[in-house]
Amino acid sequence: MSQSSSMRATRSQWLTIAGWRAIFRDAPVVPLVILFGVLVLTFDIVRPGIVTANWAGVMVRAAIPLAILAASQTLTMLTGGIDLSVAAVASMTGFLTATLVGSLGIWPAVAIATGCAALAGLLTGIGVGIFRVHPLIMTLGMSLVVSGLANAWQVLRVQTGAGVPIELRWLGSGTFLQVMPNSLVVFVPVAALILVGLRVTGYGRLLYAVGDNPTAARLSGVRSWPVLIVLYMLSAVLAGIAGFLYAGHTNTASVALVDTFLLPSVAAAVIGGTSILGGRGGYGGTIVGALILQVTISLLSSLGYPEAVRQILFGSVIVLVAAAYTRVTTET
Amino acid sequence: MNAVSGSCDTTRAGPAETLASWARNNSWSLGLIAFLAVLLVFTRMIQPTYGVAGVQGLAISVLPLALAAVAQAIVIIAGGIDLSIGSMMALTSAVSAVWMQGRSEEFAVLVVIGVLLLGLALGFINGLVIVATKVPDIVVTLAMLFVWAGAALLVLRTPGGASADWLSEVIRGPVGKESLLEWIPKAALVLLVVVGVVWIPIRRSRLGLSLYAIGSNQLAAFRSGVSVGRTKVVAYMLTGLFSAMAGLSLTASTGSGAPVPGPYTLLSVAAVVLGGVSLAGGRGGVLGPIIGVVILSLLRTDMTFMRWDPNYASVAQGSILVGVVMAGTLIQRRQMRTRS
Repeated sequence: MSQSSSMRATRSQWLTIAGWRAIFRDAPVVPLVILFGVLVLTFDIVRPGIVTANWAGVMVRAAIPLAILAASQTLTMLTGGIDLSVAAVASMTGFLTATLVGSLGIWPAVAIATGCAALAGLLTGIGVGIFRVHPLIMTLGMSLVVSGLANAWQVLRVQTGAGVPIELRWLGSGTFLQVMPNSLVVFVPVAALILVGLRVTGYGRLLYAVGDNPTAARLSGVRSWPVLIVLYMLSAVLAGIAGFLYAGHTNTASVALVDTFLLPSVAAAVIGGTSILGGRGGYGGTIVGALILQVTISLLSSLGYPEAVRQILFGSVIVLVAAAYTRVTTET
Repeated sequence: MNAVSGSCDTTRAGPAETLASWARNNSWSLGLIAFLAVLLVFTRMIQPTYGVAGVQGLAISVLPLALAAVAQAIVIIAGGIDLSIGSMMALTSAVSAVWMQGRSEEFAVLVVIGVLLLGLALGFINGLVIVATKVPDIVVTLAMLFVWAGAALLVLRTPGGASADWLSEVIRGPVGKESLLEWIPKAALVLLVVVGVVWIPIRRSRLGLSLYAIGSNQLAAFRSGVSVGRTKVVAYMLTGLFSAMAGLSLTASTGSGAPVPGPYTLLSVAAVVLGGVSLAGGRGGVLGPIIGVVILSLLRTDMTFMRWDPNYASVAQGSILVGVVMAGTLIQRRQMRTRS
């Protein structure tokens, strides 16, 4: 009680600070966009003339697959879970498509790869939803299974060889109107679907409800297992889509292609203001979070910092942003 | 309540009953040991030449991951999780290899002490940031994973440096030349000694009780007079210490520093869960995770003996991990139902 009354006192005294806090808490996208603007401005000051439409196109093109991968993390984190299998699933779909396209053609290959991703997601969902295995363990186990099977498939198909199909390369690294990346064709509908879906559909509300207070959700008549099964299937399919884009972006078919992006995808969702404890956050912040990560990496490498310093600063940024969120969300 | 009354009974009970209750409390570890024994017999059946050399190789290759699993087990028991173990191993391994390069054997003793202190310091920073910022453990250690990995690359850009001869000798080869001693690898003895010297006294002290208390129920622990923040920092320091030992064992077994983090963090989580430690905290020990590591690694060896594609080993590891946790949950649920 005393804490809340003292909070009220500080609020009346420091209206501006409290106002900022409210913005930070209720619409984390606003300060994030400001942070992003500051980053871009810094970039322009440090390297004058580098910020052009062309540069922006390159940044967006690199950030889009990460943003889609981070969508999986955002959705699962909303329910208090996490998906550590996204990297394995994404690598698998890219690789599977590249190996199947020669014999089956592009569309059947993409369909089979997406089907495999959905199957992995279904199994994860059954484990988490029905058998109540901790999501961390379930997705960790699934990532071992998926990457093991993908490696075994690689050994089987070693003679046929693999190449990233031209359609995926067009999607992942091509541009239209000179600077606009083609991957926007995939990203815009996906992002719109998630943003609108979380806000207005019943399923979106269910995700928040299950994550915010599972007991309250259960007592209100929510059966959480179908919600979780659909969620993890959705998450795996999103990871699969990201896998197609990564394969097209880098023009490589490898079973370990996306592995290094697993933890950055969690970081993008955390920076975007989604709580790992569930019930709080959204996809808008995650998109800006992925852009911030991409621009930070690019800024640090253009300043000539070695990889080591980049990683240290990267980690510090995550801690600072997460600490800022925790500060504004727990004290009220 | 049940646990408290149970432990009161054992103080008055005879040795037979004490043994029985120990077996009851450690049923998970005993089951794992039985499974390991079956697996060893099976290995011997499919590969009759598997013997002393095989056991030695297994022990040396398992040592870093076993120490990492102990590190992870301690922090998970205290209700946290540490995703930066792999990076801390990389950093301590790199530092030890750089410091030991071109120095005398005696100086290496100081290096080992220094690296262990470094591990404590890394863990202290992890714990302090978590307690001070109140950010969830998983997020902070995820961020520190990048920080420590970057620091490791600053110390040593590519694998290099050197290990003191005595340090490599400590973990290499069998304990003795006689028929029975030949079967006991030094690496296994080292593991038992460090766990026995560091963990068992802590486990039996007030501090150990506090670690389990904050893992099982923070609020209850706080109300019983446990300093939650301080105990949590100590838990992360112990994790840092065992990660430093794991890093040293990496340097010792390869003879050079490894600045790029291996797959140790996630495998350590898998081994800890397989070893019967609850991810929710407050339950389990360090023996189970060590046996879990040996089982996971022996499975991979068996797959190569059976001329299977070793990639199926990771499929098997993942399936076993999930299967074991599912079985554990089902057993726990049934127990809860029969009790209530």
